[in-house]
Amino acid sequence: MLGKLSWAAIPFNEPLPIISMAVVLIVILAVLALITVKGWWPYLWREWLTSVDHKRIGVMYVTLGLVMLLRGFSDAIMMRTQQAIAVGDAQGYLPPDHYDQIFSAHGTIMIFFVAMPLVIGLMNFAVPLQLGVRDVAFPVLNSVSFWLTATGALLINVSLVVGVFARTGWMGYPPLSELAFSPDVGVDYYLWSLQISGIGTLLTGVNFVTTILKLRAPGMTYFRMPVFCWTALAANLLIVAAFPVLTATFLMLLLDRYLGMHFFTNDAGGNQMMYVNLFWAWGHPEVYILILPVFGIFSEVVATFSGKGLFSYRSMVWATLAICILSFMVWLHHFFTMGAGADVNAFFGIMSSIIAVPTGVKVFNWLFTMFRGRIVFHTPMLFAVGFMVTFVIGGLTGVLLAVPPVDFVVHNSAFLVAHFHNVIIGGVVFGVLAGINYWFPKAFGFTLDERLGQASFWCWLIGFYLAFTPLYALGLMGMTRRLQHIPDPSWQPLLLVAEVGAIVIFAGILCQVAQLYVSIRTREQRLDLTGDPWNGRTLEWSTSSPPPAYNFAILPRVETIDAFWHMKRTGRAPVKPAYEAIELPRNSRAGFVTAFFATVMGFSLIWHIWWLAILNFIAAVIVALIAGWSIEREYEISAADVAQMERDRLGQPA
Amino acid sequence: MTIAAIDRAPSVPTELVRGRGGGGPAPKRIVVAFGFWIFILSDMIMFSALFAAHAVLRGNTAGGPTGAELFNLRNVFIETMCLLLSSYTCGLGALSAERRQPARFLIFAAFTFVLGAAFLFIEATEFARMVEIGAGPSHSGFLSAFFTLVGMHGLHVTSGLIALVYLVAQVIAKGLRAPVLRRLLCWSLFWHALDIVWVGVFTLVYLMGAS
Amino acid sequence: MDGDHLFEDRTPGVEEYEPTANYLTYTVGLGLAILATIASFVVAQTNLLWPPGIPVGLIVLALAQIGVHLVFFLHLGSGPDSTNNILALAFGVLIVFLVITGSVWIIANLNSNMMPMPVQ
Repeated sequence: MLGKLSWAAIPFNEPLPIISMAVVLIVILAVLALITVKGWWPYLWREWLTSVDHKRIGVMYVTLGLVMLLRGFSDAIMMRTQQAIAVGDAQGYLPPDHYDQIFSAHGTIMIFFVAMPLVIGLMNFAVPLQLGVRDVAFPVLNSVSFWLTATGALLINVSLVVGVFARTGWMGYPPLSELAFSPDVGVDYYLWSLQISGIGTLLTGVNFVTTILKLRAPGMTYFRMPVFCWTALAANLLIVAAFPVLTATFLMLLLDRYLGMHFFTNDAGGNQMMYVNLFWAWGHPEVYILILPVFGIFSEVVATFSGKGLFSYRSMVWATLAICILSFMVWLHHFFTMGAGADVNAFFGIMSSIIAVPTGVKVFNWLFTMFRGRIVFHTPMLFAVGFMVTFVIGGLTGVLLAVPPVDFVVHNSAFLVAHFHNVIIGGVVFGVLAGINYWFPKAFGFTLDERLGQASFWCWLIGFYLAFTPLYALGLMGMTRRLQHIPDPSWQPLLLVAEVGAIVIFAGILCQVAQLYVSIRTREQRLDLTGDPWNGRTLEWSTSSPPPAYNFAILPRVETIDAFWHMKRTGRAPVKPAYEAIELPRNSRAGFVTAFFATVMGFSLIWHIWWLAILNFIAAVIVALIAGWSIEREYEISAADVAQMERDRLGQPA
Repeated sequence: MTIAAIDRAPSVPTELVRGRGGGGPAPKRIVVAFGFWIFILSDMIMFSALFAAHAVLRGNTAGGPTGAELFNLRNVFIETMCLLLSSYTCGLGALSAERRQPARFLIFAAFTFVLGAAFLFIEATEFARMVEIGAGPSHSGFLSAFFTLVGMHGLHVTSGLIALVYLVAQVIAKGLRAPVLRRLLCWSLFWHALDIVWVGVFTLVYLMGAS
Repeated sequence: MDGDHLFEDRTPGVEEYEPTANYLTYTVGLGLAILATIASFVVAQTNLLWPPGIPVGLIVLALAQIGVHLVFFLHLGSGPDSTNNILALAFGVLIVFLVITGSVWIIANLNSNMMPMPVQ
């Protein structure tokens, strides 16, 4: 009746997961109780859960990412602590079985449910505003994408308490991930959670490629688009190109596990390296999906806080497109050591070195933008400078790793771990934190507390270097990744330094939580009344903070790059605008409801509860069919109503 | 900086450059069709990963039967013709829909459905025959790859037929209005794309596998 | 929508502004596709083509037929503003090419470095 599910799936005899989940459940129940008591459900349902507004969806994505950051970081600090104390005779506090699940969950969560949602959330919020339009091309699909991502996150969190998670690392290589060596539900949690959220991500890719190419304000030619929109375009093209490969790869592993097929098994003609090959054919573009939008954020931030236009807009665009194409030609560098010959290794090694060049172009462009600018070191700019130093170092170690003979020495060592954290933290995390500080006032109408923002930056910066520089050294000293027990006591001092670094990063996270709390409490003192708190250059700063649902009552006419800056400089006498009726998409339950059925279906498939899986699949299809039947998806705001809303918003008399 | 001053009197500036993408937001029909085109391309890439797996595993027969021993090329030819003709009738149906000729559209839709169903029937019997003689997907890497690639195409065709019935119902219920036409446009894009994938399948899997 | 009347664009399959999409286009496309299909089957099963060249011949015929589908059924390339669509297609073709040939090259290379194995 219930497949493989039984009470034995819940680890009542293991205090750590039980206690942590109890805490989480209590917090969730408290929040739900608060919402119920205060009568907020109708508001939440109407304004957030069924919203198809890109601004709302963006905020929800960022919220999901930040919440999952807490989970991913707890995994991290547990691992750091284990490695700091389990030296020589000491066994630490995490048995190998748990440790393996923790490092697998850490990687999976950080990539798929922290970095991706944060990046996608910022793109969701800012791109339509920067393009001068009212929403993305497919608003309902946007909502579906978000809720499917949330489904994946939920399933992974459920694995903490009901059953186990994969012990294979975040990549899930066979034959370890095959049924013969991972017979329990762990790998199934991994596969279904990512397969479901992967559909959401793919739909986001389609949505944004269409939006950026087909929906821009009049006059905004391709070479007048903000650079963030170019990088968003490149990243979403990569999503469209790469995620189908991951879907196919996971499909094949699922078929092996569920229907006894032989794609990657040891016997009957499976080829395990094909998994590795296809996984990384997705995996390398994935890291560029994460970093390209962040490059765009930094382009906006550096230009704005230097008071200068971005240096060499065109070369930025070409560099972005070059990175986009090249990122699909380097993937073998993730498995140089796994049996390819010298010619194959040489080709991919050279391509990996070449891809560093356009990134270098970008770094120089940022530096030249800052040169002779009037630099203001608000929090986003601090992150930008921290990024430039840190990411360059990480990139350099990447070019080092791109040389196959070097990689043969340090592949899968702590050196590699240090490299990718270097570029992900120094790049993606710093970029997302900069973006959040930068666009927060636009989203909520007040700026974040500046001092706590700066404190969090310094903690993240110092914490990062303390936590990961030792790993470079340890890697060269021979320490491999994923060690539950440290065999060589001479490594311990460095591991203790790394532990201190993790604690400093934790302080940075606490500063951010505090920043949020304090900013909300004292928001009246930091209201953004003009909509343009940073003296910005792009169109989102021409709206109020927060913008009305329709973003722009009249779509702006664009004549240059940095359209808003141009508008401010040429200045214009207020003209009484002639408003037209505006069509906006209605809210939709489709996203939330589909995701609900997808969650139960995923859980049923994981636990082999076939009848429940089929029922939920059919229910999800029916929801799609019902949602697809209607043809009146929009509602109209009449010209008179628009005029009134604008007058109210601008505080003008009737 | 106040926000009120930004709006200028709406007039058409001279450099609304259309060729360089400055024409403003595209009409809904273009947006929907382009978005679906991008989705189709992503689906092609998904198929390409399955094609790659098949290419790599084609020799891994684990002592079991090879493609040459299993494939019935006459049936493959008939399947191919069915699907190709269904693409043709789909195109004619699309023309009829554009020209607001519901009766003709329904006739062509019916032909498309029947031809697509014939394709599926032949494919299903092929699969059943192979499983019966012990050449099912769980017997070797080659067979896993074969069944998954061809089966995935068949699943797409099946979903397409279900969607066709659904859309025909919409046409009957609502008529050939603009939103319905947009969905029919997406459907025919999908159907033509499936025929393109099939060209790859019968060439690479069946013809090259059998020779 | 804003700018509606100003915009001229094309997308595969959209025939609204396309006066040349008619019964003739589809019929010619069908005819060419049938020819290509028959040719493929004949080439694969006879010695009409020099045997070692059969795979290449089949691929050429397949690509030709795909081209026929794209032009005659999907109306790709017709119209002044189809650049976006062609670029998107080119991008898709590039990725498909990289995934398939990259995988085949890599795995063949790996397989050739494997120790001799008992027949699996």
